[in-house]
Amino acid sequence: MMVYDNPDGVKIGLEIHVQLNKLNTKLFCACSTDYHNSEPNTHVCPVCLGLPGSLPVLNRRAVEFAMKVGLALNCEIVEQTQFHRKNYYYPDLPKGFQITQYDFPIASNGKVVIDGEDGEHIIRIKRAHMEEDPGKLMHIGSIEKSKGTLINYNRSGMALIEIVTEPDMRSPKEARRFLDKLRSIMEYLDVFDGDLEGAMRVDANISVMGGERVEVKNISSHKGVEKAALYEIMRQKNFVRRGGKVVLETRHFDELRGVTLSMRSKEEEHDYRYFPEPDLVPLRVADKVPEIIKTLPELPDAKRKRFKTQYGMADMHAKALTSDIKVANFYEEVAQLVDPKAAAVWVADILKGELNYRDISVDAFKVEDMAEIIRFVSSGNITERSGVEIIRTILDKGGDPASIVKEKGLVKVEENIVTKAVDETLEENPEALQDYLRGKEKSLNFLVGQVMKKTAGRSDAKTAREMLLDKIKKLSPK
Amino acid sequence: MITKEEVEHVGWLARIEIHENEAQDYAEKLSAVLEYFSQLDEVNTENVEPTYHVADIVNVFRDDVIRLSLPQEEVLSNTDKKQEGNFLAPRIM
Repeated sequence: MMVYDNPDGVKIGLEIHVQLNKLNTKLFCACSTDYHNSEPNTHVCPVCLGLPGSLPVLNRRAVEFAMKVGLALNCEIVEQTQFHRKNYYYPDLPKGFQITQYDFPIASNGKVVIDGEDGEHIIRIKRAHMEEDPGKLMHIGSIEKSKGTLINYNRSGMALIEIVTEPDMRSPKEARRFLDKLRSIMEYLDVFDGDLEGAMRVDANISVMGGERVEVKNISSHKGVEKAALYEIMRQKNFVRRGGKVVLETRHFDELRGVTLSMRSKEEEHDYRYFPEPDLVPLRVADKVPEIIKTLPELPDAKRKRFKTQYGMADMHAKALTSDIKVANFYEEVAQLVDPKAAAVWVADILKGELNYRDISVDAFKVEDMAEIIRFVSSGNITERSGVEIIRTILDKGGDPASIVKEKGLVKVEENIVTKAVDETLEENPEALQDYLRGKEKSLNFLVGQVMKKTAGRSDAKTAREMLLDKIKKLSPK
Repeated sequence: MITKEEVEHVGWLARIEIHENEAQDYAEKLSAVLEYFSQLDEVNTENVEPTYHVADIVNVFRDDVIRLSLPQEEVLSNTDKKQEGNFLAPRIM
């Protein structure tokens, strides 16, 4: 087996804030989580505004969600925990402190398996804890010339789970793979919708060649993590090569320019003065673990394995079909209607590509339409190429397979029309025929192309080729 | 014993301006408070579980049911500085 030797000694650890945005309400108050298309400061109440005298009350379902996440990441669930206040002044935090978990995170000591540089690779999960999201700041104008900062507290108090990994990723690619896997698991658990803005935010701790780690903050996409890590590794390597010594620092990722910038750090060390949140009573949940385990769905790794055995598909297809729960469910529904192997190829290789290209979700496509297209192709009514064309048409303009076949005249042309096209082609291109007979294989491709052209692409290349060869054999028996 | 520097540091963390001539006074008074409480250190707590909450209860929850939020005007009624429905703060780096 190939072994990845990590030549630059890269170590990446991630801290990921995941919004449990499938909850109806925030972590400590009954404000709706559905604020993404709303006016600023319309989803807030005295609790998430931090008004004096307001009291937080914990969302029961948020605890269940957090336990599901912990268990899905193969963590141990804590026996008893309580929330703490993390004190700091910043206007995104209306109370002057953030309610979070400190010495007893709800989950710890887990692991996630990713497809690493050299096969399966384990990323250890140090901890996962619950906390509230701060509000959102928006700078007026550019950050350098900003005249003021706008504050919107709609996000304030959203339930977050912060997942902290050990520095087990050895390349930017592995960091991205981990995030892809994490998103996949979260969506399988139905606790998280990754399409919503700000749903997953990442800080990365990166070091090379045994140097100190540098924390890169403010990364908001999976691609961003890969880019930030690539940049940071290059920067640290160059710095060391010039005789520098990397020191502990915090840098900010500028997504537009693709660079990390040193943040002028305040003179003080982090001085959060954590203490137990007196407005919330302790949380004792370990006895609920067996109950929660029963609610866990089949997770991506298990589904991938099952797809291979149940449907007899290649690992590549099983992986492609199970990374997104929506695609996996879509596939299984199609597989009920048509040959599962054909369905695997069509959904994994073709439909998924067309969806990715357009950056849209599989929700945009109907199971029945996919099944019908596969039926049309496998019964020989249309060519594979026409099948792809139908998918593209549905995605771009709408419609259903049967009427698109009709409108575009995609039904495979009758054989006698192909026969006619073959005759005409040979008559019109005697040189190409001669070349072929003299052994120039390429000429046959040219002739096949001519036949396809005459039938306006409605015959498939395989049939055209066979019929041409048939005819040529008859013309010049060798 | 709390030093003058510690008073200034804590003041900064809490965004409370503490004048030079007050810091020494605060240091002495806060030290006296801490000294008073240090009597508790004499109690043997070897086998005592830490108390995180004075009420001896756990697991107080609410159901995940939406209730009405405040109207925007009311949310912004405590500030003079606002813009397009947002609170307006000074420029923050």
